[in-house]
Amino acid sequence: MQALRRLFAVLMMGTPVLALGSGQAVAQGVVAAPKPWEIGMQAAYSPMKQEIIDLHNLVLVIITLVTVFVGVLLLWVMYRYNATRNPVPSRISHHTGLEIAWTVIPVLILVIIAIPSFRLIYYLDRTPDPDMTIKVTGHQWYWEYSYPDQGNVDIESRYIHDEDLKPGQLRLLDVDNQLVIPAGKKIRILANSGDVIHSFFVPSLGVQRYAIPGRTIEMWMMADVPGVYYGECNQICGQDHSRMPISVRAVSEADFKAWIEQAQKSAAAGRPQGNGARLMAAADAASLAGDQHGVQR
Amino acid sequence: MAATTHDNAHGHGHDDHDHKPSFVMRWLCSTNHKDIGTLYLIFAVIGGTVGGILSEIMRAQLNFPGNHIVTSGQEWNTIITSHGLLMIFFSVMPALIGGFGNWFIPLMIGAPDMAFPRLNNISFWLLPPAFVLICIGLFMGESGSGWTLYPPLSNATYEPGMGMDCTLFALHLAGASSLLGAMNFITTIFNMRAPGMTLHKMPLFVWSELITAWLLVLAVPVLAGAITMLICDRNFGTAFFDPAGGGDPVLFQHLFWFFGHPEVYIMILPGFGIISHVISTFSKKPIFGYLGMVYAMVAIGVVGFVVWAHHMYLSGIDIDTRAYFMAATLVIAVPTGVKIFSWIATMWGGSIEFKTPMLWAIGFLFVFTLGGVTGVVCANAGIDEVIHNTYYVVAHFHYVLSLGAVFSIFCGFYYWIGKMSGRQYPEFWGRVHFWLTFIGVNLVFFPQHFLGLSGMPRRYPDYPAAFAGWNYVSSIGAYISGIAYLVFLYVCYKTFTSKVTVADNYWGEGATTLEWTQTSPPAFHTYAELPRIR
Repeated sequence: MQALRRLFAVLMMGTPVLALGSGQAVAQGVVAAPKPWEIGMQAAYSPMKQEIIDLHNLVLVIITLVTVFVGVLLLWVMYRYNATRNPVPSRISHHTGLEIAWTVIPVLILVIIAIPSFRLIYYLDRTPDPDMTIKVTGHQWYWEYSYPDQGNVDIESRYIHDEDLKPGQLRLLDVDNQLVIPAGKKIRILANSGDVIHSFFVPSLGVQRYAIPGRTIEMWMMADVPGVYYGECNQICGQDHSRMPISVRAVSEADFKAWIEQAQKSAAAGRPQGNGARLMAAADAASLAGDQHGVQR
Repeated sequence: MAATTHDNAHGHGHDDHDHKPSFVMRWLCSTNHKDIGTLYLIFAVIGGTVGGILSEIMRAQLNFPGNHIVTSGQEWNTIITSHGLLMIFFSVMPALIGGFGNWFIPLMIGAPDMAFPRLNNISFWLLPPAFVLICIGLFMGESGSGWTLYPPLSNATYEPGMGMDCTLFALHLAGASSLLGAMNFITTIFNMRAPGMTLHKMPLFVWSELITAWLLVLAVPVLAGAITMLICDRNFGTAFFDPAGGGDPVLFQHLFWFFGHPEVYIMILPGFGIISHVISTFSKKPIFGYLGMVYAMVAIGVVGFVVWAHHMYLSGIDIDTRAYFMAATLVIAVPTGVKIFSWIATMWGGSIEFKTPMLWAIGFLFVFTLGGVTGVVCANAGIDEVIHNTYYVVAHFHYVLSLGAVFSIFCGFYYWIGKMSGRQYPEFWGRVHFWLTFIGVNLVFFPQHFLGLSGMPRRYPDYPAAFAGWNYVSSIGAYISGIAYLVFLYVCYKTFTSKVTVADNYWGEGATTLEWTQTSPPAFHTYAELPRIR
């Protein structure tokens, strides 16, 4: 019972946090994070994630029907052919037509699944005309984000220790310096690692690739609307594997320009790069002033 | 159950007054397939118990966010690594291959023993030292790479301790053990079948073990090569997997999964064999579509070798390569479907008795179907972008292995324990064990689909508050499963202290394979005179 009370307390703690998150959303766009008791995928905020969800919905319907079909058959044979109801077993052990049917029909179902699947992976693979490139480097245990075509701005992004969490911040999801991108633009991501393998994973944008040392892996992402999109490192990378979350902030193009100029200036001034709090304050101010989108949830 | 005395036990016209060797000779220098099978089964229970205790620790840690039952991330990583390796190499494989395989391949094909009895003994005795090495890695807290052992995390820079080397050597020993066992199985099955037993008359369990043995012979050496290279990288200055020296971490992934994917079929195929016999026995019908069942298993074995990179969709492999591996992976659903439908067709028109083994078999059909269909989801490289390495994958492979393979092990246990020990299990407690397990494990793993879809990464000792709800449910399920395991141990206790002995064929007309012509337990040496198959 103690345990149940504790669960309840945890959930109750979660609720205001999310409520606050939504409050922020009014000002800065959407907040895409996992929700308590969620049973499906996180909502889509990019065309890629939308396509993934569409395919998953199709596949989910098919596999549910298959499972229900098998379950009903099982229940039926258990009911109809139990020893009391059917004391004399039949001796039939072949039926060519049936065997062909349960080979061919699954093949047809798989073809139905395969066609949209192939379309999807070729669509997700990479974008021919990216608007900008960001280099993502995994480290034990933080992310480094570089903007090679924006004056080599370089940001280090670390999780926030429990004792430093501010009200409204999500434990193990919020970071000190976010990855800032312009909303609605195609971003080419080049993933790499400085040490072991990590995985750059942002569920609500439908993007994930490993960050492997000695190898540059290309992916692309795009956020439809301004907002904050949370993700996490998703490949075991040592003791703080669960402590290198990803937080992507998508802002309007004007805000992004303001932010990147600020970041370039602090880089030129020799301040530690990715001086997050101040940069983000500037971006937040700009976002408050210029955001046309409002709540998109 | 027909409990009789041993009056009919000596009706085979040969000398049953075997000369059983002394305890040390019998159990430490054993050459008898039944004794070695027993050793394997006991070993599997020990391995499963340690692995299971680790599961309970993991679920206790994940019960609430911010828990500190496991004190550090490194300790956590070591626990998950050991849990995976223990369950695969020291529980499921010893039970299904070494245990039931050794016991029942000779009995089912009418052979007096395995082809190479001493080799058989070595292949068992390589396992205990391997187990000790794994435990050293665990207790030193130095093997935190995950069971997939991906470098660079497993190389000397990031996992410098000796514990990691111990774990790698443990895999070498366990691999050598499997290889020797597999060669023994193949030789036995090809050369020692009773007169008249053609391959197409061979019981499905023997077929499943034959295919499994082939998979082992072809896959395990690749793992051995990969971990040898890893050991050299760690200790002898090579750079097979180190990009700084021109090596490639992804090469390891290819080698590992070339072994690792057949490995999952190695774990489930013998289970298919057991389930076939149990369903046929308790439906009192011959198996439906025998040839289809055989060649479905052959197909699974063959296709299982050409799908490995579906574990690596995100490792930067070429898009066309991904498209190929996706297509090949989807194909596996077809032979698997053939098996599921054939099992149901075997039950169709039967006269089904719901004894404990049959409960496990039907439970197997349900959980394996569920785990199978989520495999179709995981096979999609597109969907994989958001479920790769999440709890969805954890749920998927536990449904097919932790539930599928383990259900088949318990199924085999209840089916054959009377044959192996001569005493019958308590039916009531068997049912309690089944229902508690069925409820418990579904409660553990079904919510994990939700966590995965919602984006919870695997191998996390701590997680954001949003994941707390389903993790709590999952942990409750784990405690129920833990209690169910205690019930299993009680069942073992009741069985071995039982005074009730069983007849040769205590399942009656449905049990038609050769082991039921032998006494329960079988004589120390069986088939002094070879049976003839019509």
